Amino acid sequence: MANLLQTTLCNVIMADDAVNHANNFVHQLVLFFSRHILITEYMIIMVCLIVMWELVKSVAKHCAHNVLLAAAADTEQKYQVGVSQSREQSAASAAPITRPPPPVSLPRRVRIVEVGPRDGLQNEKTVVPTQVKIEFINRLTRSGLKTVECTSFVSPKWVPQMADHSEVLKGITKVPGVSYPVLVPNLKGLESALAAGVEEIAIFGAASESFSRKNINCSIGESLARFGAVAQAAREKGVRVRGYVSCVVGCPYEGPIAPAAVARVTKTLLDMGCYEVSLGDTIGVGTPGTFAAMLQAVLDAHVPVHVLAVHCHDTYGQALANILTSLQMGVTVVDSAVAGLGGCPYARGASGNVSTEDLVYMLRGMGIETGVDLDLLLDAADYICAQIDRPTNSKVGRALCRKS
Amino acid sequence: MAWTATNSGNLAHFSRVLLMNKNLTLILRNLSSAAAAAPISRPPVSLVSLPRRVRIVEVGPRDGLQNEKTIVPTPVKIEFINRLTRSGLKTVECTSFVSPKWVPQMADHSEVLKGIAKVPGVSYPVLVPNLKGLESALAAGVEEIAIFGAASESFSRKNINCSISESLARFGAVAQAAREKGVRVRGYVSCVVGCPYEGPIAPAAVARVTKTLLDMGCYEVSLGDTIGVGTPGTFRAMLQAVLDAHVPVHVLAVHCHDTYGQALANILTSLQMGVTVVDSAAAGLGGCPYARGASGNVSTEDLVYMLRGMGIETGVDLDLLLDAADYICAQIDRPTNSKVGRALCRKS
Repeated sequence: MANLLQTTLCNVIMADDAVNHANNFVHQLVLFFSRHILITEYMIIMVCLIVMWELVKSVAKHCAHNVLLAAAADTEQKYQVGVSQSREQSAASAAPITRPPPPVSLPRRVRIVEVGPRDGLQNEKTVVPTQVKIEFINRLTRSGLKTVECTSFVSPKWVPQMADHSEVLKGITKVPGVSYPVLVPNLKGLESALAAGVEEIAIFGAASESFSRKNINCSIGESLARFGAVAQAAREKGVRVRGYVSCVVGCPYEGPIAPAAVARVTKTLLDMGCYEVSLGDTIGVGTPGTFAAMLQAVLDAHVPVHVLAVHCHDTYGQALANILTSLQMGVTVVDSAVAGLGGCPYARGASGNVSTEDLVYMLRGMGIETGVDLDLLLDAADYICAQIDRPTNSKVGRALCRKS
Repeated sequence: MAWTATNSGNLAHFSRVLLMNKNLTLILRNLSSAAAAAPISRPPVSLVSLPRRVRIVEVGPRDGLQNEKTIVPTPVKIEFINRLTRSGLKTVECTSFVSPKWVPQMADHSEVLKGIAKVPGVSYPVLVPNLKGLESALAAGVEEIAIFGAASESFSRKNINCSISESLARFGAVAQAAREKGVRVRGYVSCVVGCPYEGPIAPAAVARVTKTLLDMGCYEVSLGDTIGVGTPGTFRAMLQAVLDAHVPVHVLAVHCHDTYGQALANILTSLQMGVTVVDSAAAGLGGCPYARGASGNVSTEDLVYMLRGMGIETGVDLDLLLDAADYICAQIDRPTNSKVGRALCRKS
């Protein structure tokens, strides 16, 4: 019986010319091993072959799944185009199509990173006294903000406004649970910041070579190497590191920036230990279209969305629309500056940072928690605007007839 | 050796299965390509359903100027409207046939309507509050009028001294008379999200007024956030209520005020819900009578900038639009409210 079975099997095998030679070869191999090695080793080889076979099967299944997903996405895209085309046709023929809007996912909570005391004030002409900066930061903290970027350890020669960085960092009332990051451009700055008791620093990369060279006189690669050393030294001291990428959509020198460049710099900053990377539209030229494309490229590079923040400038009035787009793509951290402090050094007379009040107003209206009390925030804005003798850039501030 | 023979047979069978697997080559091919393939990326939801084209209804000469203190001479208004038309705008709301007693800025309505260089294919709607206003407008050669309803009772009573339904009955007569003369009628709903007297407005009220305006023959209804308190959340809810009441989206427009800086975000939300008509005012003309010092209309330049950046066609030339804005700002001696205007260092 066993002999009959074996014969039948062999006949079937031999009937297929394509595998005959291979099969003979395997057959010879098997005979060779069965004569020359122990049974246990023989069994090990069989087990390895079976494991390899299972691995091949699961990879094949995964590839097929991806192919199906791609097909589904393609179909969905064609469907959407088809719907919008038919919508146009129906508009022409007055036969309406009412399709429910696509479900849009929004975060339940957004953390606001307040950059007024640093990014805002550093662009203001009037040099603000240290005590005023400290009071300003304290008021911001009281409004419920959980991250307040308070100063920058750059050389006073370059940014006179930030000359009192150590005094500010030591002078503010640090509330437990609130983070007070400071900008640090190099190891020297880090030393001073550590001496002043810093617990979190921020480092900058740029997505544009021209911007990097003009701004800090070195290439992107060189700057990231420099910041890598800063990040490592900071982390060795238990200090958290936040990364920034400038010019994520457009550059004042190069024009539009390739999303892939943003993805590369973001990944490098994360690899060097940044817990979060803030993507900055430095000159505010972004729109929902370009923002979505840029964010998609970063997400496609396997950067998890929860480590991303957006830093939108309102130079062309696009900030809140870009922030909304980012929220719809899963971003949950947004940078802003109270009273919309700080102009744009690349567009004379233009506005800069999006105002925290306008941002909080939008998020509150969407039922998204921020933990920020808008009234206390407006108080902080009033205070600093009175001190620097400038009207607020915030539309919410103006509408509520605040004296700023 | 029986064992060896059986095992060799088994192994032969196993090897046959392995080597005869017709998909093996395919798998190997997929393996190599999977390593090199880009990750699957779906288009982001925020951009998936967006119109390819948006029509902008320019309300600067009417809604914008009527809120400006300086009385603008008639030739300046005419030149302003002509420049706006040259920028490619297809609908320019040019004046309002209200009593000069109430709105002195619009006292020259007939002269403006007769004086502008009407370009074929461009519509020049005028606001009409009553039959008397319609008479004057018809005498001046009007081809399209606009009528107003409010979603808030308090606003209706304070603004035009009657209830919503009384106002709609009045406008019904105006709309009918206009249509009998072959004049198109556009409807507006005020306070679609919030009212300066009542606070938040129920979306259902907006849906009711919208349907009434459509039933009386309006070809389009513009939903106005009169005091700019709307946010993407409240706008979405309001629009959803209107769509749920079986109002087709292609007859809807949005008229967002930028009092709290929310206009572009609200417009983006509306576009995502299928709206394809947006009202705006060049240079962000016009303040807000309910919030002293606050801004009013969203600026057409900022809107065009956003739409252009999203690849949505408007037919508007931003440079020519900025020229028109420069012109009117110089004439009324006011800086532009447009951020795009400011960023591009326009002399306005």
